[in-house]
Amino acid sequence: MSVETGREYYGVSQVPPEIIGPGQTFETVTDRISQVVLTRETPKGWFIGLGIALMLLMVFIMSVSMLLAYGTGIWGLNIPVGWAFDIVNFVWWVGIAHAGTLISAILLLLRQKWRTSINRFAEAMTLFAVSCAGLYPLMHLGRPWLAYWLLPYPNTMGMWPNFRSPLLFDVFAVSTYASVSFLFWFTGLIPDLATLRDRSQNFFGRTIYGILALGWRGSARHWERYETAYLLLAGLSTPLVVSVHTIVSFDFAVSVIPGWHATIFPPYFVAGAIFSGFAMVVTLSIPIRKYYDLEDFITLKHLDNMARVMLATGLIVAYGYMMEAFMGWYSGNTYERYMVYARIFGHFAPAYWALILCNIIIPQMLWFKKVRANLAALWVISLVVNVGMWLERYVIVVTSLSRDFLPSSWFRFVPTFWDWSTFIGTMGLFLTLLFLFIRVLPMISIFEMRTLVPGAELKEELHEAPEASR
Amino acid sequence: MERLDFERIREKVAGKTGRDYWRSLDELAGSEDFFAYLKAEFPRQVEALEHVDRRQFMKLMGASLALAGLGACTTQPPEKVVPYVKPPEELVPGDPVYFATAMPLLGTVTGLLVESHVGRPTKIEGNPQHPASMGATDAITQASILGLYDPDRSQVVRRVDEILSWEAFQAALTAAMQAQTERGGAGLRILTQTVGSPTLAAQIDALLQKYPGARWHQYEPLARDNAVAGARLAFGDDVETLYRFDQADVVVSLDADFLSSGGGHVRYARDFIGKRRLTGGSRDMNRLYVVEPTPSNTGVKADQRLALRASRIPGVARALAAGIGISVAGADAKDAAAAWVAAAVADLKAHAGRSIVIAGDQQPAEVHAVAHAINAALGNVGKTVIYTEPVVARPEVQRDSLAALVKDMQAGKVELLLIIGGNPVYDAPADLDFAAALEKVAMRAHLSLFDDETSRLCQWHLPEAHYLESWSDGRAFDGTASVMQPLIAPLYSGRSAHELLAMVAGQGGAKGYDIVRDFWKKKRGDAGFEVFWTRSLNDGVVADSAAAIKRVALRADLASALPKAAAAGGSSDLEIVFRPDPTILDGRFSNLGWLQELPKPLSKLTWDNAVELSPHDAERLGIVNTDVVELELGGRKVQGAVWIAPGQADGVVTVTLGYGRTRAGRVGTGTGFDAYRLRTTAAPDQALGLVLAKTGDTYQLACTQHHGSLEGRNIVRAANLEEYRAHPHVFREMGEDPPSDATMYPAWPYTGYAWGMAVDMNACIGCNACVIACVAENNIAVVGKEQVANGREMQWIRVDRYYVGEPEDPEVAYQPMFCQHCELAPCETVCPVNATVHDEEGLNVMVYNRCVGTRYCSNNCPYKVRRFNFYRFTNYSDKSLELQRNPDVTVRSRGVMEKCTYCVQRINHARIAAKREDRKVKDGEIVTACQQTCPTDALVFGDINDEHSRVAKLKAEQRNYAVLGEINTRPRTTYLAIVRNPNPALGEKEPVA
Repeated sequence: MSVETGREYYGVSQVPPEIIGPGQTFETVTDRISQVVLTRETPKGWFIGLGIALMLLMVFIMSVSMLLAYGTGIWGLNIPVGWAFDIVNFVWWVGIAHAGTLISAILLLLRQKWRTSINRFAEAMTLFAVSCAGLYPLMHLGRPWLAYWLLPYPNTMGMWPNFRSPLLFDVFAVSTYASVSFLFWFTGLIPDLATLRDRSQNFFGRTIYGILALGWRGSARHWERYETAYLLLAGLSTPLVVSVHTIVSFDFAVSVIPGWHATIFPPYFVAGAIFSGFAMVVTLSIPIRKYYDLEDFITLKHLDNMARVMLATGLIVAYGYMMEAFMGWYSGNTYERYMVYARIFGHFAPAYWALILCNIIIPQMLWFKKVRANLAALWVISLVVNVGMWLERYVIVVTSLSRDFLPSSWFRFVPTFWDWSTFIGTMGLFLTLLFLFIRVLPMISIFEMRTLVPGAELKEELHEAPEASR
Repeated sequence: MERLDFERIREKVAGKTGRDYWRSLDELAGSEDFFAYLKAEFPRQVEALEHVDRRQFMKLMGASLALAGLGACTTQPPEKVVPYVKPPEELVPGDPVYFATAMPLLGTVTGLLVESHVGRPTKIEGNPQHPASMGATDAITQASILGLYDPDRSQVVRRVDEILSWEAFQAALTAAMQAQTERGGAGLRILTQTVGSPTLAAQIDALLQKYPGARWHQYEPLARDNAVAGARLAFGDDVETLYRFDQADVVVSLDADFLSSGGGHVRYARDFIGKRRLTGGSRDMNRLYVVEPTPSNTGVKADQRLALRASRIPGVARALAAGIGISVAGADAKDAAAAWVAAAVADLKAHAGRSIVIAGDQQPAEVHAVAHAINAALGNVGKTVIYTEPVVARPEVQRDSLAALVKDMQAGKVELLLIIGGNPVYDAPADLDFAAALEKVAMRAHLSLFDDETSRLCQWHLPEAHYLESWSDGRAFDGTASVMQPLIAPLYSGRSAHELLAMVAGQGGAKGYDIVRDFWKKKRGDAGFEVFWTRSLNDGVVADSAAAIKRVALRADLASALPKAAAAGGSSDLEIVFRPDPTILDGRFSNLGWLQELPKPLSKLTWDNAVELSPHDAERLGIVNTDVVELELGGRKVQGAVWIAPGQADGVVTVTLGYGRTRAGRVGTGTGFDAYRLRTTAAPDQALGLVLAKTGDTYQLACTQHHGSLEGRNIVRAANLEEYRAHPHVFREMGEDPPSDATMYPAWPYTGYAWGMAVDMNACIGCNACVIACVAENNIAVVGKEQVANGREMQWIRVDRYYVGEPEDPEVAYQPMFCQHCELAPCETVCPVNATVHDEEGLNVMVYNRCVGTRYCSNNCPYKVRRFNFYRFTNYSDKSLELQRNPDVTVRSRGVMEKCTYCVQRINHARIAAKREDRKVKDGEIVTACQQTCPTDALVFGDINDEHSRVAKLKAEQRNYAVLGEINTRPRTTYLAIVRNPNPALGEKEPVA
């Protein structure tokens, strides 16, 4: 079957032929994806990758142990810079966590079928990124063992948390996002878990996948309920995509600090989050599709689409930077003006211009189709965007704190070894989870991919016919 | 290994009875090798501790377990576990009791009231009845309580490396004195610091009478030698000069930092500021002219400041005298000095009898003599300048006294040397080589609070009792006597100088109490003595004991008696100026962490001294901050890190004394560099011919304020007096406050009290006393240099220092900054756990127990006045420090935010007292720790709901404004703007906008 013949309609959207490689059938789709988990010999590269990830995880464990033993003083924090890498990394990870749910939920609702081959993977990435992000607000506390005081629970102290604090909004926003994302991901996994159960060659696989499959038999009723639940969860997740980073941006926007106190933050943070989330999906999917021979499932079309999303959100972010600077100047406020000046020309200019380069200038190359089709270039750009988005948060968090109202309190921030090790350590956690995920779960949704196989439409029609006659 | 002498071993063993263990045959033989081995194998604990990295110690607070163990071996204050059967009078558990005493320093005392909680002194406050205090103190006095509990204080009598008892010393002393008795004391020398205590002076006199051959020498590095020599030059006699700043409209300071040094500086600051207080409708100010080589707190308050080389100041003094009409040669009123001298002369003449010309202690005798002559010519004597009988026991030029002693020591004339206090091995002029001379003395003993550099070179070290542990007496700068009573029995085996001298005089075992009391009894007579004694102890002052006024006449031949004007340095010559350190003084306080961590008023450096250079010189020499340079003066060299000081005169290099100690204790050892190594008897204060060379190294300096510019912000508001007179509302116009309804939250109703504070920046002299008072009152931790360098100092009060204008001669503004207790506090809304909340009296309350440490409150604080415990900063390992802590204030642990509370414990104390008497808290009943100690009354706290309260009246002043009022935080602490009174004849200098 050639690419050009995919002209049939499914629902209202056209199935773009480029989103699945030629020659794939139901059989090959299931085989190719499930063999990664079940039958194919675990590649050496996976062990090496997991080994590196585990080493980084050790760095993380060491850093957290030091942190718990000695306190947040091991980081380079001070007064006035009370937040630095901790919150920078928190926002960065939360931003990365945006792509998964966006791809799964919003694109599902918009019937963008191309999402199918990357959604599972992106959702998993979301969950792992949220796990990394969620650790920072806990770790950054002076007394992390009392973190549960942020939760509204009946207690003998008769204390209730302060509902005016954006940090409390964060607790709800991030935990809701994490749980809904998990449910969404798990619900989507159920039919595939059943496939793995059925194809598993050994007792453990059958048992574990069997339990996780929750008795899925693939009956029409199952499918009907599955579709309903999945759609509902998608509807539930959609506002969360927008709300999480909006609320994270409140941490800054609600404060009085020049450089933080800006109404543009919520939309600009959400766009930034999607920007960095897609960049991370690109960063991870390019090597994985190559390594696991999944080029037929994650095609150039996918990458092209993701590049376009990056380009669009990158432009929104650029607009945000412009407005931030413009409003700083236009407000006539001494402190805001100074903040803009300090970022663009002052002590922090290198970080600021690096972020402009990474987030605005370099991504403009994505206008060109050739660049979008060049995997190496795309991969480098996605990395650059990841770095740029990290720098953006660094500039927002650190520069604003180190140059606020009274010049007498101005001070610099210098990251320590432990700042870096904690950050790199969370990457270890992220990669460890990712490698384990690739090994034990289908990284691409098998059953959804099967709906993309030419010929699936016919079946749909056959299924629908009796219903229509009913 | 020397051969074992079995003969000696047998002799030794034969002499012993009972079981006397010996470690080896070598020990029994008492061989040198054995002792060398023993020393190497088991160095004394104190020595071992010296090698512990101080910074690491401060950071981890762990290394001192060894010392805690050592502490356990010594007598702790008795603890009563049984309740009193008959409770002492007035002692209510939980209520502190105050006792009057006084702190001796540099020959004079400052009267104090010391707060005592169940027998342990915790906080020092000024004695309002004492003339040198008037209720206020300075930073050093505030910190001296930490010295009492310093875990590094010497605790035992030591002979070489042996821990012995006072009885053993007494035996050795008696033997030595017997030898001296035969020779009339010809080999006996006593070296003290400046003696101001009448009892001690009487003891020394008696001793010298008994041993006519003995000699008494005095030395301390900051002795007022120049003032003594200047008075002798002017009058041919010893007099004490007192100044009545409350009577002077024009003050000309010839490098005199009278606001921060000298025995009466606390009082002088109050008097001086009193003449420029613009409250209650006053629009009059005195005018201060200052000429100085290096910026000081007095220079900061100057209305007309002239930065000039130290070597040119004698010439300027002579030019002033010439202008007044005294014929002296060598007047120097060239270039920059010309206009300044002319303006000062005109102002002085216009205010004859209501002016003061004051010479600095670092200026040579001739400047003092010239100042005396000018004051006499202006008719100031008897009005603003008062001469009295000397206050100290024996005024003398102490560097000559020490030189005479060293000469005797080198000549081998000294057989028994008693060093009472002081640390001459460390701080004697370098050319005397005191340490080498000391080795020639057969028996030398050092009574000292610390086992320090001098103790090391004496066979006997004797632990001194702290002034809060001992009976003594002393006289204030104006001669008013005080009897000092102990607040606590000696924590260790310390004894006072009185007790040691009694021992020398053969009255071993005499108690300090009896010695001091007997002295006063002898002086006052038996009649009515008990009443006198009790009253004097209670009040802290001996009534009517001020020094008698002395009539003196200037020498007629003064003009010709003045030395020929010395050559001033050329424009590229460098000269060095030695100054007392603004925090640790001459080094005696270098082990007090509170003072080490106290930012120096202008440079805001902590934990180190620096080589201070003018911006112009630094540029010329290509040197930047923290570069290490080598200073060479007369062949002596020392290395130190550079700090550029705006306002420093070109060609002048300033170094402060007191650093580079080698045996100060765990806190002070190894901080900074030792400037004494360049200081000589010939040039103890300033010297020409300094050679400065870059070494290429850099050295970390811990500074607490990195930006001194206001960046055009209206944080500090200032204007000149004329402008203020014409437009009193000028300061309000410098900012814009939002309307009162510009908030989403409903207004707080304050039906009872509404606490607030007003800070008169015009009165603030940047002395830092409030900072240390706050540290002492609120149990604030010391964090160490590394942490300060990382921006983690914990002091709740920060005295912000801003520069305006040219770096060569900037205007300086001090702004004490602490929690502003905002009505609409940004910190309160962002704390997720409600750990910082608003109370019904308007306090912004910090609940330590509830804090989880998100630091969001600090991030959102526009004033950045919150402090965070990044580590466990509080020292839990040195148990003696626990005794100092205020039981009314929680000790904070790791991970908790803290900040100024307006001394909520004091508020509660007053509120409870008022409730019990069914009345409202009276205005002035609550005095915060910072306010209490402020020498110039710049801080006023009270109820702003009460329109008659002082604070409410201050807030109604035209000068009152809220810092950052435009961001609508509505702070409860407001500031009164700075007004300067420059001489219009010298042209307008741009005021702070």
